Amino acid sequence: MSAVTNPKQTATDARLSTLSLPTSGWSTAARKSADARLRVMGVPGRRDEYWRYTDPASFISATPAKAALFDPKESEMFGSLDRINIVFVDGEFSADLSDPLNGSGLEIVRLADIAALDVHWAKEYYGVLEERGQTPVHRPLAALNTAYANDGVIIHVADTVAKPVNITYLHQSETSDAILHHVIKLDAGADLTLLENGPAAARFNKVMEVFVADGAKFHHIRTQGRDHERRAVTHIFAELGTESVFKSFTLTANGIMTRNECVLWLNGDDGIAHVAGACVGDGDFHHDDTVFITHDAVACESRQVFKKVLRNGATGVFQGKILVKPDAQKTDGYQISQSLLLDDDSQFLAKPELEIYADDVACSHGSTSGAIDEEALYYLRSRGVPAKQATNLLTLAFLGEAVDEVEDRDIADAIMERLEGWLQRHGV
Amino acid sequence: MLEIKNLHVKLEDEDKQILKGVNLTVEAGKVHAIMGPNGSGKSTLSYVLSGKDGYEVTDGSASLSGEDILEMEPEERAAAGLFLAFQYPVEIPGVGNMTFLRTAVNAQRKARGEDEMSAAEFLKVVRERAKTLKIDADMLKRPVNVGFSGGEKKRNEILQMAMLEPKMCILDETDSGLDVDAMKLVAEGVNALRDEGRGFLVITHYQRLLDHIKPDVVHIMAQGRIIKTGGPELALEVENNGYADILAELA
Repeated sequence: MSAVTNPKQTATDARLSTLSLPTSGWSTAARKSADARLRVMGVPGRRDEYWRYTDPASFISATPAKAALFDPKESEMFGSLDRINIVFVDGEFSADLSDPLNGSGLEIVRLADIAALDVHWAKEYYGVLEERGQTPVHRPLAALNTAYANDGVIIHVADTVAKPVNITYLHQSETSDAILHHVIKLDAGADLTLLENGPAAARFNKVMEVFVADGAKFHHIRTQGRDHERRAVTHIFAELGTESVFKSFTLTANGIMTRNECVLWLNGDDGIAHVAGACVGDGDFHHDDTVFITHDAVACESRQVFKKVLRNGATGVFQGKILVKPDAQKTDGYQISQSLLLDDDSQFLAKPELEIYADDVACSHGSTSGAIDEEALYYLRSRGVPAKQATNLLTLAFLGEAVDEVEDRDIADAIMERLEGWLQRHGV
Repeated sequence: MLEIKNLHVKLEDEDKQILKGVNLTVEAGKVHAIMGPNGSGKSTLSYVLSGKDGYEVTDGSASLSGEDILEMEPEERAAAGLFLAFQYPVEIPGVGNMTFLRTAVNAQRKARGEDEMSAAEFLKVVRERAKTLKIDADMLKRPVNVGFSGGEKKRNEILQMAMLEPKMCILDETDSGLDVDAMKLVAEGVNALRDEGRGFLVITHYQRLLDHIKPDVVHIMAQGRIIKTGGPELALEVENNGYADILAELA
């Protein structure tokens, strides 16, 4: 890592001026090391290639911009499901609002509760994937998270967990600055569905490290709320063992600034990694999906499906990479990123990348940006469907191809309903 | 039913006149056929009547049951009872055929101030009508026309027609791309819909379709006009001699 230039140094010092490292407990070493990494890399700036399309300024200011509270009119996304619910209010765990943290085959502890302990098994995992994810591309905001996270959950899954674990985020302070770090460890053959929903804070930095052992299955479905003034940067790091499955889907509606990074390693043969997202944005909306999938084992499958609907000057970004290591033969990699621009003011910036060192692989990628299909619109109208309703139908059909990646049909249907509601509210 | 008077149409983007004074009246209960060489304006006529963008009416009128349709949006024309079976039905990925049909049926009912069809009632009717067209459950579930064969697409058009029960049906080269069996099936579907209150305008290149859908009146269109009108025998004349003789009469 090269020495940082002065403006970067200044920006880094400014960001860290309001933060402090804990001085005791099992995570101290990992946090110190992350802090050192961060200081060498410096916080991201507009001149960094990886931040070319997304301005990190609001993520690195010493204090967050004020964000108005959002009062949802609709019920909570996963509220009707039988689930184990964990609630964070402005980035702080709430025991009162959460369910008892236990379940069959499951151990859940709050990060802040175990922080003072000298010994904890999480020491072997905390920050490990984040550190690995700094190569070949720097992810300074993830290092910042490892160093300074003030809360989170550590989840150990030993078996198949019947109920999904749900993390609900609540935003009750206009100036909250939340840094959460979750570690999820799935033992061989274990199976967990993790749900996340709700606006988290005025500014939100979240890292989730997921260790998926051989034959384990991890399903993740997240909805990023309709709180318009959200500024969020999230990272998912996951390591997949032999014949394991990782599937993650994110629904994003509104938000001034959201960057979701997903960094996956297929380290065991026959692993499956799917990551998908559907987002809808109107006006001063900026949404960035950045994905990096490394194939480092034989006959693994990876799939990226991202769809964005943008209007009134909204911006969508997709940076997706598939890296196939020399020994990762029989790799099956697929990547599609598409945007539907409902007017001329909106824009979609895409950077799909394939880097392949094995010779027996099937990798494909595609990226498109376009308007509503006029032929299809005319066809629907000629059958009596009014123009607005027809546009809605076509827009939902476009998003549906990403939502189809969600295996649970009830959840997929609920997501489609949310998207339909959004389109109606926004008069599309 | 359908009354077209002196219809002149040009392309919106270029100075090209396509229809140069079409006069045509289709009465309720009758089947009219239009034949004509390529480029005579047959498909343009069907597009203009259904309200496709890209055309400019420079003169003349078209009305359905006395209502001027040229000023209406495509969906209003559909609700007024006009239906066009497309020559090239459009594929709509992501929209299930059943959803599409139900949305269309209920949108038209709503526009006419009628009650929407319940899901159960709709399902019963669609299954029944799909069966006579040999459209299976799988075709109803799949996205509209996506991956359908040529014959399946055309049968799907007729199913839409059967569900929407329009007053005036225009079939634009519904026989193109169909084998003999598929053509019979489509023709049977059309014939089942023939009744006193419904008019048909069948655009075709070949007399063969008219063996199955027997027309009352046959028109020959050329150079943007209807140049000859007669009975079913006119179609046979074209089949045997081509258009040369008729075009020669015109010259």
